[in-house]
Amino acid sequence: VILVVAEHRDGRLNRATLETIAAAQSTGDSLKIAVLGSGVDAVAAEVARADAAEVIAIDDPALKDYTADGFVLALAALVAAEAPERVFLPHTYQTRDFAPALAARLQRPIVTDGIAIKGGGYVRPMFQGKLQADVAVDGPHVATFQIGAFRADAMKAGSAPVRKAAVTIDAAKIRQKPEAPFKEAKQAVDLSQAERIVAVGRGIKDQTNVELARKLAQAMGAELAASRPICDAGWLPMDRQIGSSGQTVAPKLYVALGISGAIQHLVGMKGSRTIVAINKDAEAPIFEIADYGIVGDLFDIVPALIEALK
Amino acid sequence: MKIAVCIKQVVTREWQLRVNDQKTWIRDQDASFELNEPDAYALEEALRLKEQHGGEVIVCCAGPARATQVVREALARGADRAIHVESDALATADAAAVAGALAGALRDEQVDLVLTGLQSDDQGFGQVGVLLAEALGMPHATIIMAIEKSEGSLRVKRELEGGWFQWVTLPMPALLTIQSGINQLRYATLKGIMAAKKKEIKKAAAPAASPNGTRITSLYFPEKGKQTELITGTPAEAARTLVARLRDDARAL
Repeated sequence: VILVVAEHRDGRLNRATLETIAAAQSTGDSLKIAVLGSGVDAVAAEVARADAAEVIAIDDPALKDYTADGFVLALAALVAAEAPERVFLPHTYQTRDFAPALAARLQRPIVTDGIAIKGGGYVRPMFQGKLQADVAVDGPHVATFQIGAFRADAMKAGSAPVRKAAVTIDAAKIRQKPEAPFKEAKQAVDLSQAERIVAVGRGIKDQTNVELARKLAQAMGAELAASRPICDAGWLPMDRQIGSSGQTVAPKLYVALGISGAIQHLVGMKGSRTIVAINKDAEAPIFEIADYGIVGDLFDIVPALIEALK
Repeated sequence: MKIAVCIKQVVTREWQLRVNDQKTWIRDQDASFELNEPDAYALEEALRLKEQHGGEVIVCCAGPARATQVVREALARGADRAIHVESDALATADAAAVAGALAGALRDEQVDLVLTGLQSDDQGFGQVGVLLAEALGMPHATIIMAIEKSEGSLRVKRELEGGWFQWVTLPMPALLTIQSGINQLRYATLKGIMAAKKKEIKKAAAPAASPNGTRITSLYFPEKGKQTELITGTPAEAARTLVARLRDDARAL
């Protein structure tokens, strides 16, 4: 049996859950889906439309707001009762917060950020996505799957019965006290509306060189954006950041300058229609998703591009 | 406040990766190494907390002998002393083994706070911090972008996805995994490098039993998912070809 842990916020199901259900279905094993929270009937009914043996709801006021301790307590109790061979979760910021602790509590190994299931093991990226590894794991375990690794529309539909689990949580054991989630001051730039984007990464080397990228963006009629390290360094404001912690975009044209293509960046832009990568490292993962690539020094190529656009 | 910072030595981003003959790890004998970048932010945050609240910063590293390089660097940046759990096996160990080694080193230190980077640039599990918290019996919070300390507790800003954040309060001792960009990094000064030479690096033996629950059976370069047209030639030629492709074929300009 595989137990998939659904993720939702305020009653809205995270689509990555459907991908994880599809991953579990692809194994041919029997599948159960756990939904945790307070007042989760609607979310439980939503995931019950998947082809699964059953949906198990843990409905407890102590789970109203997500906490690592609350989720580990609830899921450790559920796994003890159900004894699934494998526990599958999407690899989200939320599961990164509790899945390793759950595995440790259960004394099970955990494989994170899986992109495929291969034999009894998994495939996962390593070295910032530059390499991939086949990973073997012994016995009952926990695994998380990268967003987009499985397709939500590949999920087989069905009608699963919903059952309330007899799990109670001692709220006194929850050490994290969360406040309401919030967004920082409104984003000044909505990059999701841009037709074209020129994005810079570490390869730009220095803040003064950002000007070169800005000139290319102007010549292309594009918005200027960046990968996380550039915004971390303060070279461009945070609202220009593309990736899992920034904006998700799918423009007509995405030009990646000196961006190696770590997965945190790729998830924010891989839906772009045409992707151009310019990078001096021929093995940079960005080339795996690029339509056009130039291997070379961006400081030679970008001025030539600006010239060619005139 | 007594703060432990866990750091890892990883191959530099610039090093051209090559896979070893057994296809189980990279050929790292001739690689160059550096401090894992997210850990650098964790170290910086620890130094800032010490400057604000007083106390001590202990650097803790579980890795082979060569990792002394990054331990020295952390001491040069301002950490007070270090514990190095030294074992060749830790160079390729999984997160459970690394967390076990770190837990052994920290268990008797009675620290108030443990900081780690949110993940490593090499294996990228994103697990060690959370596993270590569980091993030490501490509450934890991950992907932290701000820390406010008050008496006996911490209020921390967690990064959620898509530009959302959340403040969480938790009692100390606690463990936090730090997001890159939480602060601006400082670099070692000459004075710091000189001072580091006198600072203590305690060597600790790794736990005998390796708790590795996962192992790499094959390591390889990924297959391309998309047919990429690689454009060659001089910069001027390549630029003209690319512009033509974008105008005429992709109709993206």
